[in-house]
Amino acid sequence: MLNTYTWPEYDYVQSEDQKNSTSVKRHPVIVIGAGLIGLTAALDCAKRGIPVIVMDDNNTVSIGSRAVCYAKRPLEIWDRLEVADRVVEKGISWKLGKVFFKEDLAYEFDLLPEEGHKMPAITNLQQYYCEEFLVDEVVKQSDLIDLRWKHKLISLTRHDDYTSLQVETPDGVFTMECDWLIACDGANSNIRKMVHASFTGQFFQDRFLIADVVMKADFPTERWFWFDPLFHKNQSALLHKQSDDVWRLDFQMGWDVDPHEATKRENVIPLIKAMLGHGTDFELEWVSIYQFACRRIDNFRYGRIVFAGDAAHQVSPFGARGANTGIQDIDNLIWKLKMVMDGAAPDSLIDSYDEERAFAADDNLLNSTRSTDFITPKNRASRYFRDAVLELSKKYDFARPLVNSGRLSTPTPYVNSSLNTVDEDDFDGTMCPGTNCIDAPIVKDGKDGWLLHQLGDGFTVLIFGDYPENTSISSGDISAEVITVGGQFEDRQGLLTTRYDGGKGAVYLIRPDQHVAARWRTFDQEKITTAMARATGQR
Amino acid sequence: MALNLKANITRPDDFYQELIDMQRDMSEDDVQLMNAKLILILSNHIGDQETLSEAMLLARG
Repeated sequence: MLNTYTWPEYDYVQSEDQKNSTSVKRHPVIVIGAGLIGLTAALDCAKRGIPVIVMDDNNTVSIGSRAVCYAKRPLEIWDRLEVADRVVEKGISWKLGKVFFKEDLAYEFDLLPEEGHKMPAITNLQQYYCEEFLVDEVVKQSDLIDLRWKHKLISLTRHDDYTSLQVETPDGVFTMECDWLIACDGANSNIRKMVHASFTGQFFQDRFLIADVVMKADFPTERWFWFDPLFHKNQSALLHKQSDDVWRLDFQMGWDVDPHEATKRENVIPLIKAMLGHGTDFELEWVSIYQFACRRIDNFRYGRIVFAGDAAHQVSPFGARGANTGIQDIDNLIWKLKMVMDGAAPDSLIDSYDEERAFAADDNLLNSTRSTDFITPKNRASRYFRDAVLELSKKYDFARPLVNSGRLSTPTPYVNSSLNTVDEDDFDGTMCPGTNCIDAPIVKDGKDGWLLHQLGDGFTVLIFGDYPENTSISSGDISAEVITVGGQFEDRQGLLTTRYDGGKGAVYLIRPDQHVAARWRTFDQEKITTAMARATGQR
Repeated sequence: MALNLKANITRPDDFYQELIDMQRDMSEDDVQLMNAKLILILSNHIGDQETLSEAMLLARG
């Protein structure tokens, strides 16, 4: 029991499938795992009109606090699914950070979040709150989402076009079938083992102790990171604020520490006191120790089974890349699944999920491994370089970009994706085919709003400048909604036009996951249709 | 090749003596740290990734 949070207990209900277990029912989509990623998958399925069953072997939300930081893009995805406002409201937004080396402040940084986005650059919140908010939204959508607690997958049989599942509940074992199975069963995924997927990468010989403490001390809402502090010699430590006056503390413990001893209250308390100062009152809310790995599954798709989140990739916690990247997996997957299920796009579109998200996972793994190499140097030489960087960073600007206490998660653009149409015109700015759409303030019907809310659930053609009237865009069974700046809404501040380099006219073809598929300076219906066919795997 | 491997140090004997003298009475630990800093400072001065890669490969032998 925590002081600040009571875990909800959700009821187990025997399903109709199990009651009538003599006839096995085939479902369109089953999601295994009702964590952050599985629940997000369920909401995105419902958003796109797919009936979905989510099953979890437990009946509550995340025990203990795991993920802490949620970055802008995942928040935008949750905003599309109508849960982000609660997360941001309950969470702690921050932008300042301090890096200490030994007893001194090495330097301070400001994330300098760009103005004119609905979502903040980053929000901190305990994982159990996020899961609870997701469950609340899932329950509201019970016409399409069937959330089943205490349903444990015990084995599966793969077939060409479906999967058969053996499921255990308090009422016994029964069989279910599904066209598509989405595996969101976490880093220790059983489904991954059941399909004999490989899950390889790098293990780090180090351990970290997490402690969540409640305190009313007036530490500022900033991320503080210590390299080799006096209170914890030769190791690193982190202090980060969460909601309800709960603070996340993270201590590097080294490889030789005994995990059982280290998490004992009598050993944890002195460590925390040394960090916070002896006059600070606090209560210990949660403590655990972990060792981490940076690795990923060999393929995100095994026929009719797709993997997402930690089941597909595991990263170090530095940079908040676990949950953030898992949410983006779902954003990428579900629209593709919908089109393939509807027969509007070929089955090969699901292969592009592996192409794009494995690319993103590799980028995350690279960033995560780099942070880890900086935080826990592997030999004496790299320790000297690390310390040299930190000492120089106290005085000299040039060394600060080399300090790596975790690079905060930003979306990986699918720059080489086979779904993109390569630019034939010149554009300025940070966007290109494969990047997610940057948000911008707009005005619609006299009211302030946001660009991302104007993008439809399907493909969107966003136009700056002129285009022929009464135009409809479609490729096969897939059509796009056409919206124009100055038509459906206005860009009064000019930020949208600047961010999309639309001043000289621009036409953007935007995917259902709010990523740019193609763009041109002028409107050409045939080119748009061709690009849409490419973005849906039809050519 | 971007890396200059022709003699470029104005007064080679003076430079070498200064480096050696500076580290003569330092502990092994301090020397290692100083060398690491020196590499970082000079690397930043050079800046160009290609030149730096060439130099690192050359030094590794």
